[in-house]
Amino acid sequence: MTEPVISLRGVSAELAARPVLRGIDLTVARGEVVALLGANGSGKSTAVRTIIGQVPVSAGEIELFGTPRRRFRDWARVGYVPQRTTAAGGVPATVTEVVSSGRLSRARFGVLRRADHAAVRRALELVGMADRAKDSVNALSGGQHQRVLIARALAAEPELLIMDEPMAGVDLASQEVLARTLREQVAAGSTVLLVLHELGPLEPLIDRAVVLRDGCVTHDGPPPPALGQHALPGHDHVHPHGPIRTGLLS
Amino acid sequence: MDFLDYAFMQRALLAAVLVGVTAPAIGIYLVQRRQALMGDGIGHVAMTGVGLGFLLSASPVWMATLTSVLGAILMELIRWYGRTRGDIALAMLFYGGMAGGVMFINLAPGGSNANLTSYLFGSLSTVSQSDVTAICLLAGFVVLVTLGLRRQLFAVSQDEEFARVTGLPVRALNLLTAVTAAVTVTVAMRVVGLLLVSALMVVPVAAAQQLSRSFAATFAIAVAIGVSVTLGGTITSYYQDVPPGATIVLLTIAAFVLLTALAAPLARRRARAAAGGLPAGDPVECAIPASREAGGKVGV
Repeated sequence: MTEPVISLRGVSAELAARPVLRGIDLTVARGEVVALLGANGSGKSTAVRTIIGQVPVSAGEIELFGTPRRRFRDWARVGYVPQRTTAAGGVPATVTEVVSSGRLSRARFGVLRRADHAAVRRALELVGMADRAKDSVNALSGGQHQRVLIARALAAEPELLIMDEPMAGVDLASQEVLARTLREQVAAGSTVLLVLHELGPLEPLIDRAVVLRDGCVTHDGPPPPALGQHALPGHDHVHPHGPIRTGLLS
Repeated sequence: MDFLDYAFMQRALLAAVLVGVTAPAIGIYLVQRRQALMGDGIGHVAMTGVGLGFLLSASPVWMATLTSVLGAILMELIRWYGRTRGDIALAMLFYGGMAGGVMFINLAPGGSNANLTSYLFGSLSTVSQSDVTAICLLAGFVVLVTLGLRRQLFAVSQDEEFARVTGLPVRALNLLTAVTAAVTVTVAMRVVGLLLVSALMVVPVAAAQQLSRSFAATFAIAVAIGVSVTLGGTITSYYQDVPPGATIVLLTIAAFVLLTALAAPLARRRARAAAGGLPAGDPVECAIPASREAGGKVGV
């Protein structure tokens, strides 16, 4: 077997002196689609943010593509989709301008060549936003904005996609586009780590689920079947806050 | 155009154009990062440099550059490390910088607050040849950074977390932005003055946003506004004998008001054009479905 794409061993992290991760282990193999599940405050977003280096690690080891994260420089292999709230600047910007910044990891000295512009266009087509390329991102709906952020991650043609709550606050039409985009990426051999509040429409894609609770891994295996209301067809509500109440987690 | 015959006016106009270009060029990134008032803070710190220049008989422009660059780096470090007390630390830096300026200039032989006034509010007609050389060099640096690294600075200012994952040196770019803003403050110091500098960094960008949908267009329009108001203000002050710094800032605000008034009908027209793209008879969704109506009739 080749080396794992993501490997966390005994990782702990603190936010404002409060322990958020208490020694978690997480491995994602090449081509795998892994969902990181858990209630709010369980540490799933923090886990992802330690992987990308946004949150410092107080103990443990993180490796990306077999390289310790501190020495990892090959960021063009990683596509990151942050929670949607982080990307709003004080100056208008078009969809193309935002997506182009995702290509910087492949562009030398920040100069985009013809192939780079083509990759940006392709990424926009993948998420069905090519016709909005010249529009201001401020004029988009929540779901369209999320598609733009995914296109920004895809612009570098990454091998690994890390997505933090990609379905939160996304309308049904955009959810379907996102699920289709992800399916195509997985079919093409991408590795995916998703932070999710619940499995929802992405369930058929997911190979393995890792459940966090109070900063510890409580389940690592096949995606757990949804229970109660969550098992009903067409159930797709998104919890903005409050503890999750599925049979699995409660 | 008789003002072009005077050497002091030639220098003043050159300095004005350079400020008109550089202040909005770096200001747009500060506005994007929602740090619109950073320029004002740097202006306060630069006063210590001006005071030191007088005290040590060194060039106030270069001393102000030195202290404002150090101050901007310190502000950026406070932003990184100081989480809860960050704003208090910044307040101390700003007012300490201002008090330091007043103190040093009064300690300088023959110095008084009157010397400081020309730096606080600008003094275009006293711009010397060596000032012009310094302003040209510093403005060249600002243009090089803001245009040459526009994609990187855009990415970092738009979404710092994402920029880190693209492998950009986020901390270095943040420091460079702060240093460039500090340099711009000293470029603008002789033209509009330290207390009014921030207006030229922020207001042209805000005015440009009324018309634009893209970052590139906002940048171009903001610089065009910047150059127009600095030239317009300088020429007005020549003919009317009014202070150039205040004239420039008031003109900038007038441009903002004018563009905001113009933008409202433009936005309405855009919205109408967008609505025109929908198929005719749009309110279908709100009408009672025809089938139910037909079914009802059958029942009767």
